[in-house]
Amino acid sequence: MNLMVFWEKLVKGIQINFINENRYMMVVEGLGTTLLISFFAILLGAALGALAFFMRRSRFRIIRGIGYLYVDIIRGTPMVTQLFIIYFIVFASVHISPVLVAIFGFGFNSGAYVSEIIRAGVQSIDRGQTEAGRSLGLSSRQTMTHIIAPQAIKNILPALCNEFVVLIKETAVAGYLSVQDLTRAADTIRSRTYDPYIPLLTAAVIYYIIIKFLTLAIARLERSLRKSER
Amino acid sequence: MIQVNNLCKNFGDNHVLCGITEHISKGEKVVIIGPSGSGKSTFLRCLNLLETPTSGEILVQGQSITDKKANINAIREKMGMVFQQFNLFPHLSVLDNITLAPMKVKKQSHDEAVAIAEELLKKVGLYDKIDAYPDQLSGGQKQRIAIARSLAMSPDIMLFDEPTSALDPEMVGEVLSVMKELAESGMTMVVVTHEMSFAREVGSRLFFMDGGIIAEQGDPAEIFANPKNARTQEFLRRVNNA
Repeated sequence: MNLMVFWEKLVKGIQINFINENRYMMVVEGLGTTLLISFFAILLGAALGALAFFMRRSRFRIIRGIGYLYVDIIRGTPMVTQLFIIYFIVFASVHISPVLVAIFGFGFNSGAYVSEIIRAGVQSIDRGQTEAGRSLGLSSRQTMTHIIAPQAIKNILPALCNEFVVLIKETAVAGYLSVQDLTRAADTIRSRTYDPYIPLLTAAVIYYIIIKFLTLAIARLERSLRKSER
Repeated sequence: MIQVNNLCKNFGDNHVLCGITEHISKGEKVVIIGPSGSGKSTFLRCLNLLETPTSGEILVQGQSITDKKANINAIREKMGMVFQQFNLFPHLSVLDNITLAPMKVKKQSHDEAVAIAEELLKKVGLYDKIDAYPDQLSGGQKQRIAIARSLAMSPDIMLFDEPTSALDPEMVGEVLSVMKELAESGMTMVVVTHEMSFAREVGSRLFFMDGGIIAEQGDPAEIFANPKNARTQEFLRRVNNA
């Protein structure tokens, strides 16, 4: 196949897959949905993660137990199964947008991992730091706020950003709830045009670009955090 | 000032402290020596509840600190602690290391805390390091900053947990001389140490600990010259041969 033929095929493919019937709008809207779900799921995940972290440090056994159970169950079951359970069982009796269910499902899932990331970051700080803080008369909370957290954040932030990257990719399974996210949109185009190449590869490239931007940002963040140690 | 009654501490089946009863008066400089694993650090750490005693009672200035209702933060405010590993806060400058607790716990104003910090830094001879970060200091400097940090809370009692054990030999002197000055100023001190000459020179009373009890105690010079307990004799002989 010479270059001219390939070029013609490509142009025609783009015409069929994206221009006809304004199909590019499906990709744009799908991307929007993916970003929307990712953004709010990240916020929810971060909040739930912090909550679960503090629950697991509570002085009350029951609260510690709930925090532990949450992390344990989420980590021990597949994401898609959790999503189905939330959609078909938890929210079965209420009419609710699948996008909201996806945000809730992904956020709830991510929270467990975020809490583990926070825990690992805090545990990486030497015990002597806590002892020094407490021996100066600082309360447990003050020690956490002024001594442990500022140091732990340097370990937590990069791992946290990686979790966000994972989360963005995971949202591709939202299609199971018939949410028209980027992956689902590309697949819908494929089913109409019978061309798997252009729509699916386009979706992959879009994910790749988003993730690339994020990882570059993370690398930059890590560098600046390391610098501020001095 | 500190009254310890029948203090016991177990780590699992390991009985680290086995019924210590002792009184430490205001102005005393108690030095604690003994072989490793004898419980001397644990004893010291029990005094400000970094270790929770298994049983027994500790009274500081007449207040029980082992009572469940005791305000532990208020008690620790009055007891400074210096660690073997310094434990400076690496993310804070020297100045912020020193002013953090006075501002957060004693609610001192920033200016007030800084003035006190500056004075203490001059006292330990490190005023020029006020804006440095812990990473940029030598071990001896770190420990002198750690002492200044504790003193900024104006404690009534200072506890030292092997303060020179993690130092290079040439830095031991600068830390000991700061501690000597502190002793001369009348501070009540409890010092776990391996520095026998410091114990002899500065200590007003010496505890020799072994197997979780205070096996022998008394005037340091007297014990060094004429140890009565067989285990003390053995320990001192080994230390002197090293």
